[in-house]
Amino acid sequence: MDNMTLIAIASIVTAGLTIALGSIGPALGEGRAVATALSSLAQQPDAATTITRTLFVGLAMIESIAIYCFVVSMILVFANPFWNHVIAQAPGK
Amino acid sequence: MRLSPDEMIFWQQGFLKLNGTIVFTWGLMFVLAVGSKLITRNLSTELKRSRWQNLLEIVVTGIEKQIEDVGLRHPKKYIGFLGTLFLFVAIASLCTVIPGYEPPTGSLSTTAALALCVLVAVPFFGIEAQGLGGYLKSYAEPTIIMLPFNIISELSRTLALAVRLFGNMMSGTMILAILLTITPFIFPIAMSALGLLIGMVQAYIFSILAAVYIAAATRGRKSTAEEAHDI
Repeated sequence: MDNMTLIAIASIVTAGLTIALGSIGPALGEGRAVATALSSLAQQPDAATTITRTLFVGLAMIESIAIYCFVVSMILVFANPFWNHVIAQAPGK
Repeated sequence: MRLSPDEMIFWQQGFLKLNGTIVFTWGLMFVLAVGSKLITRNLSTELKRSRWQNLLEIVVTGIEKQIEDVGLRHPKKYIGFLGTLFLFVAIASLCTVIPGYEPPTGSLSTTAALALCVLVAVPFFGIEAQGLGGYLKSYAEPTIIMLPFNIISELSRTLALAVRLFGNMMSGTMILAILLTITPFIFPIAMSALGLLIGMVQAYIFSILAAVYIAAATRGRKSTAEEAHDI
């Protein structure tokens, strides 16, 4: 296998692994956050606005971890710097 | 596949490029500025008022209340900055119902610019509220050892703001494009409805986070002592 094939394989497999592994943690975290927020909403319905606002901001913070992974995998698939480097160096180009 | 509206070129002359991001950003700015100018041209304090004035009043008082809830005491001072951030990001994602339009926030350049605005605005409002010395001292709290970590957190949260908004907007367009190739009939409509919801949530998050950062910078040790005294 030449370098191009190796880089292609590594990029594609890593892109899949990035989003697959990277979404496990945020999923667990968001589940815990929503579950806790729901139970505190049931205990204190009066504080609903504060809890909801904090929940939304917190969810966005947690979700951004998954979004980072998504951005990294998108870069690996669509705008791969290593791939572009190899393409630029390829003979006959 | 297009990753961002940066790659949509409308006009090119030498090194000058007019890409989708610039065109849509200026279009949005034009719509927002001219729209609010037209609405606020004849405001009335009577009971009878135009429906557009009602709309703007709802928006402005809503944003004001949200800013106040975060802990900024005088929302009128900050609504110019935070309200503009919210309205721009919200309208940018709401306009995706227009065919041929792509949200300018789906380009990393736009979101990086917005995040840099927040990065500059935080020390600006902080220095205004507690003076240069008081603001700089807040970096060395609770101890001087935390100084590098405070600076790193300042920079990393700016990066996080930019990448979060960019990632959410870009993923919306990307999922739509992928779904159009797989199931082009019903699913893209449901996903674009979800995209509208995500856009509103992200606009809210972006401006609330900016408000939280500004609130943290303006609320120094002295004013927390004042608050304790008030209670």
